[in-house]
Amino acid sequence: MNAPNTAGWRPEMGDAHIASEETFTGNRALMLEERLIFEIGDTSTTGVDIDPAPAAASRLGSLARADAIGLPGLSEPETVRHYTRLSRQNYGIDLGFFPLGSCTMKHNPRLNEAVARMKGFKDVHPLQPRETVQGALAVIDELAHWLVTLTGMDSVAMSPKAGAHGELCGILAIKAALEARGEDRKVILVPESAHGTNPATAAFAGFSVENIPATEAGRVDLAALKARLGPDVAGVMITNPNTCGLFEPDLKAISDAVHAAGGYVYCDGANFNAIVGKVRPGDLGVDAMHINLHKTFSTPHGGGGPGSGPVVLSAALSPFAPLPYVKREADGSLRLVEEETAGEDQPDSFGRMVAFHGQMGMFTRALAYILSHGADGLKQVAEDAVLNANYVLRSLEGVLDAPFGHSGPCMHEALFTDDGFAEGFSTLDVAKGLIDEGFHPMTVYFPLVVHGAMLVEPTETESKAALDQFIGALRSVAMRAKQGDPALKSAPHFAPRRRLDETLAARKPVLAWKGDKGE
Amino acid sequence: MRYLPLTPSDRSAMLGVIGAGSIDDLFVDVPAEARLAGPLPGLPLRQSEMAVERHFSNLARKNKAASDHPFFLGAGAYKHHVPASVDHLIQRGEFLTAYTPYQPEIAQGTLQVLFEFQSQVARLFGCDVANASMYDGSTACWEAIGMAGRVTRRKKAVLSGGLHPHYVSVAKTMARFTGDTLDTATPDLGSTDMDRLLGAIDAETSCVVVQYPDVLGRIEDLSPLAAACQAAGALLIAVVTEPVALGAIKSPGEMGADIVVGEGQSLGVGLQFGGPYVGLFATRDKYVRQMPGRLCGETVDATGKRGYVLTLSTREQHIRREKATSNICTNSGLCALAFSIHMTLLGERGLRDLAALNHARAVQVADLLAAIPGVSLVNSSFFNEFTVTLPKPARAVVHELAAKGVLGGVSLGRLYPELTELENGLVVAVTEVVSDEDIAALEAALKEVLA
Repeated sequence: MNAPNTAGWRPEMGDAHIASEETFTGNRALMLEERLIFEIGDTSTTGVDIDPAPAAASRLGSLARADAIGLPGLSEPETVRHYTRLSRQNYGIDLGFFPLGSCTMKHNPRLNEAVARMKGFKDVHPLQPRETVQGALAVIDELAHWLVTLTGMDSVAMSPKAGAHGELCGILAIKAALEARGEDRKVILVPESAHGTNPATAAFAGFSVENIPATEAGRVDLAALKARLGPDVAGVMITNPNTCGLFEPDLKAISDAVHAAGGYVYCDGANFNAIVGKVRPGDLGVDAMHINLHKTFSTPHGGGGPGSGPVVLSAALSPFAPLPYVKREADGSLRLVEEETAGEDQPDSFGRMVAFHGQMGMFTRALAYILSHGADGLKQVAEDAVLNANYVLRSLEGVLDAPFGHSGPCMHEALFTDDGFAEGFSTLDVAKGLIDEGFHPMTVYFPLVVHGAMLVEPTETESKAALDQFIGALRSVAMRAKQGDPALKSAPHFAPRRRLDETLAARKPVLAWKGDKGE
Repeated sequence: MRYLPLTPSDRSAMLGVIGAGSIDDLFVDVPAEARLAGPLPGLPLRQSEMAVERHFSNLARKNKAASDHPFFLGAGAYKHHVPASVDHLIQRGEFLTAYTPYQPEIAQGTLQVLFEFQSQVARLFGCDVANASMYDGSTACWEAIGMAGRVTRRKKAVLSGGLHPHYVSVAKTMARFTGDTLDTATPDLGSTDMDRLLGAIDAETSCVVVQYPDVLGRIEDLSPLAAACQAAGALLIAVVTEPVALGAIKSPGEMGADIVVGEGQSLGVGLQFGGPYVGLFATRDKYVRQMPGRLCGETVDATGKRGYVLTLSTREQHIRREKATSNICTNSGLCALAFSIHMTLLGERGLRDLAALNHARAVQVADLLAAIPGVSLVNSSFFNEFTVTLPKPARAVVHELAAKGVLGGVSLGRLYPELTELENGLVVAVTEVVSDEDIAALEAALKEVLA
């Protein structure tokens, strides 16, 4: 199908008035529109000067490419302009407050970028001889030391590539440990307040998933959990602090009960930034926990990835950790344990999760953040993250309903609902209204346990002045939702796009440009 | 603490607003006996920017960087030249420091890039649609096997011996826990296992997984395999670890592959000691709702302007929880951006020229090495990577070459430690960054080591 080119300039466009109203590619008052590369580039243009190939006979066999691929090219200046223009239609933490709850958008120090780009790190191959990568292995070893020490655990698997991948690693370790014990337990218990990835992970690894309800206070119902424990339960997956932004005070009791029943405790550590340096999950009986390096240790999100999800393991699960891993020898040199030596070093390993060693580029960034803060600064990180969240929670009391506000302080994120909005006004309207105020909205409709959820996570890198500005804006937008201001229903008015039709996108998916291929 | 803006007076004013006496009052839910009193032992205190920089410089110097040495390693990760504007553009804060585009009105930059990326990948692979990227090639390969199981409702995957052994390991790990059966093999230096694959397809087969070019660098026509899969109701999954190859050879999609996955590291991303990389995943239109990972789709806004959103999320974990298509809740957004920018700079013409240069360089080196006494070339066909056999175990040769300052390839001994029949094999990759001096250095060093 031929994609409607309503956004870009078209030479054949007859109606100059409409063109000037709705579409432009110039730089009108710094507002930008940008067509697709498929509409501005062509297959004969290139922005790279490539040395001529030396004469050589082809060894491609019969498969030399004859047909066109259809990949448009742009010159270098056009390329720079295309992506620079697109960047200006994006909101990032560098532009302003980004309070996405559970996503943890904190300042991304450029020092981290600089060290990750040192050629000794960015320009080494994963299969280079080990004696040529001792510095890279030292970064992994140092970061591993910090993660194990900060969590009070026995070991860490560094290779998982994202939080959800780390969950899979932890669940696989549990499954392998049960297999080693000769037990075939089939059930993983997942509280309602857990991330949606938790049940998906358990199901993916072949477990059946049973939900455990939340209490009125937004915590795991300990009695319900204890009642369900039995010889068929492999373990629980619990998010702590949970998705309501609350610490699970019963975690130690939960761990003790699960262990007594022969199961293991997986903790979703996505929210570790709230407690780093304040409490060690290992002291609460956790057997496995992933740490989203991007959340707690500030590696940039890059529009949705890459992440990195190392998994800390208890002594009970450590023998089953995946390959590869780094081992320090008596002489101080570092060794990479892979398949060839796994037989002696790690005979019970459940295998390999990724082709190489994990997210090395994230390890350098995270370690730079950790060393910059040190043990003292990381404790301050958790304290300021929690202080900022509670400040937001209390400052909006009386304007927005805080379902768990009465039960005491929150951790690093403040949860509100749409209770009291005018008929027909929703959390979505508040989110879009905030865009017009110059803020990225908070997380909306998550967690699922409360109606019309709004989850605000300020993080520790926001100043009091920034918080006060945001609180003022949210207060004003929330009042408009309560009063039923019709202008709010059509917000945002000042963004590069008005409300986008997500239903149309899902009903008639257009996932690739097919403009010149016909239908 | 340079990253923490709150001042001591801010903190006490805020505690006042909250009505808390001290910061510890906010941690009341943490059991008192578990609370840490002071900084943990065994960890240093905070350091200045200069001190951190110095620490990393010292560690970086302990590594041999690919760009400082004659360099011939491949086997799933390739050293290509990345134009300077790629790294410049991905460091723009609006790209670098944005999150998943949950609010599309202020994330059109990320979303349009993903739409363009999906379109580029689909064309490169010869498929209808691609997703917005995966963790890496190996996990994309596993997810493709999982997807074939959902589409065919069968549980037996047949893996080629030419599939990268680490990709096979990842698939084995996952299969051990999901109950899928994997029919695997190891490479034969004499010929590919096309006949074995054709014979292994039966009514239980969900998919056949074949790497193109394979781990030894060999290129085979996938058309007969695609036809056999189709006849048996199985899917053909092709794995591409070197996408630059597709500038010179036919795409798997054109030969009938149902799912094409790959590692996009070659374009824009760089070596990075193994990650982050970018998994590529493409398929036919009819399977799109079984495809894992994020998808960006075109739509219109309230005023009729074209725009982009994340779409088909009803397959995903945040909606379907335990019934989700996979547990993935991210992509490799920034690496996808780097891939897409590099591809845009190249364009079709640049990609073809680059591929031609890679191939010609590789042919030169293959012929030079094969002329060394005791060395013989395994491949009859290849793109920029090939395998030679040496008169002695290649693992030791690789270390001796490294001691002479030449990073000479990946030994099959490292990839297949249990297979002594492969231990003399060396996989050599030659890309556009290899100079005439580099080639001369490899030739001379190898002659010395083998002498």
